[in-house]
Amino acid sequence: MMEPILQVKDLHVSFFVKGGEVQAVRGMNFEVGKGETVAIVGESGSGKSVTAQSIMRLIPTPPSRVKKGEIIFQGQNLLDKSMKQMETIRGKDIGMIFQDPMTSLNPTIKVGKQITEVLIKHQKMSAAEAKEQGIEMLKLVGIKNAEARFNQYPHEFSGGMRQRVMIAIALACRPALLIADEPTTALDVTIQAQIMEVMQDMQQKLGTSIILITHDLGVVAGMCDRVIVMYAGEVVETGTRWEIFKNPQHPYTKGLLRSMPRLDQKKGEPLIPIIGTPPDLIKPPVGCPFTARCSEAMHVCEQIDPGATEFSETHMARCWNLHSMAKEVQFV
Amino acid sequence: MSKNLIEVEGLKKYFNVGKGKVLKAVDNINFTIREGETLGMVGESGCGKTTAGRTVLRLYEPTAGSVKYNGTDIYKLPPGKMKAMRRDMQMIFQDPYASLNPRFTVSDIIGEALDIHGMAGSRAERKKRIEELLDMVGLNHDHATRYPHEFSGGQRQRIGIARSLAVNPKFIVCDEPISALDVSIQAQVVNLLKELQDRLGLTYLFIAHDLSMVKHISDRVAVMYLGKMVELAESEELYANPIHPYTKSLLSAIPVPDPEVEANKKRIHLHDELGSPIYAAGEKTNDSDFELVEVSKGHFVAKQYA
Repeated sequence: MMEPILQVKDLHVSFFVKGGEVQAVRGMNFEVGKGETVAIVGESGSGKSVTAQSIMRLIPTPPSRVKKGEIIFQGQNLLDKSMKQMETIRGKDIGMIFQDPMTSLNPTIKVGKQITEVLIKHQKMSAAEAKEQGIEMLKLVGIKNAEARFNQYPHEFSGGMRQRVMIAIALACRPALLIADEPTTALDVTIQAQIMEVMQDMQQKLGTSIILITHDLGVVAGMCDRVIVMYAGEVVETGTRWEIFKNPQHPYTKGLLRSMPRLDQKKGEPLIPIIGTPPDLIKPPVGCPFTARCSEAMHVCEQIDPGATEFSETHMARCWNLHSMAKEVQFV
Repeated sequence: MSKNLIEVEGLKKYFNVGKGKVLKAVDNINFTIREGETLGMVGESGCGKTTAGRTVLRLYEPTAGSVKYNGTDIYKLPPGKMKAMRRDMQMIFQDPYASLNPRFTVSDIIGEALDIHGMAGSRAERKKRIEELLDMVGLNHDHATRYPHEFSGGQRQRIGIARSLAVNPKFIVCDEPISALDVSIQAQVVNLLKELQDRLGLTYLFIAHDLSMVKHISDRVAVMYLGKMVELAESEELYANPIHPYTKSLLSAIPVPDPEVEANKKRIHLHDELGSPIYAAGEKTNDSDFELVEVSKGHFVAKQYA
């Protein structure tokens, strides 16, 4: 393991709404090493975006609140920072790319100004220096004719180009960590592939660590070093991408991989979906949260939360079937 | 071999975008769909696949061309006959959040179609039919009195499917029915669509940009690019031997959930940004380049690359 730049320890985040307390994140633990790309995979409502927003301290409080935990970034606990102090960290030390490039840029401000804004604020550059640097960033993310594009408005850019602009803004101050929350979900496959290439390229040039949040395992296989699989606010499995894709252990991870059609699949082979829907996190299940949808569930699963079973230094899954005391039964 | 249910010939749909320019969203496409078949249609945003789907159902009036359903040209039908025809031709929409009226209960949503086409009968019959449809798509009877916001995305899409099935259609245009859903739920909906097809003998035009899912569900796949159809083949054949450079580029961009494959993958780059399907009014496009030519049995590609 490389020297960690970010450590999330026992993070609990809840939303306090009319119906009760929605426990969106229930004890997340993970680390991101320097220059590493870590994927957080999970379905809607699994808490992956809330985790990312908590790191940035962007979750709206109220209704939500970090109940417990630590977020150590470069040796400091971000949860102890004041909003004022966070402002100097956001954009400068941690950059973020959001899902929807159509709504995350300000439509009334020229693209150039949106890039130079961060440079002037954080790097104390003069307007002229910032412009030069801004154009440089646009070139770096592969926008042709950057000088002219600099003075255009977001609506003059296509979706993929806007996402490139977002990357340019997020990386303008050379942050140590980039959080990309579903950066390609709104884009076509061809554009998605381009954006992924830009991100990888930028990582090589700038040495940024990346947290990539996605529900698409395909995207993950191409560029991530490690994968964290989240379900119902918890980590159910983590491992290197080889471990996750070649040797998945948790029934949820296996289910996700089986439910995706593959190009090398034979005609007429039905997809194996994961039945049911995720649990209601107002009343989270006591035991393993996946029990209700799991084909391998046993009695104990409903009642007691399974502990972590480790397969290697990097590979961990939480499932009773993996426990050393579990019956030696072969499941398909 | 079964007969052609849908025959599309020379279909064009242009939109006037002002300043004397036209957007050729669908430009002279030809295809047929056999009874019981699923034709997949893929392409990037803006390639005209949704417009094509809607024009085939006459939700848009075409600029030129004809669509024959069971041999009848639907564009020639007067409004009354067209309404009757709509029983046979239905649509499932992309966004299950936007396509259901939030003020209607599920039974209103499904029942509306029955009422419009006078298929409801007595109140008891109407209720029975709605329950039958809910069973068919895997929802409970007590869901009938609930509102759309009480359902998850996958369940909403099931409501949308029940709505389109209410009038016993033969042909359904599925416009990106799964792209708004989570991966684990997508497979549920796709399996449901396949199962309904087997049971009810439905014919699908399946529009999507997720190429691996299209391959999974389709018998044949058509590739659209800037309003033109550039390649059409049996799905296995298309994925094994793509000919058109655009098809190759699309296929190479599919992310594969396997690090080994990803590590050895070569991306084929075609362009950074799409061209534009906007032309000056009256400007001639070179149609003959885009005529589809059969290169091997059932495999058609635009003439330039044949």
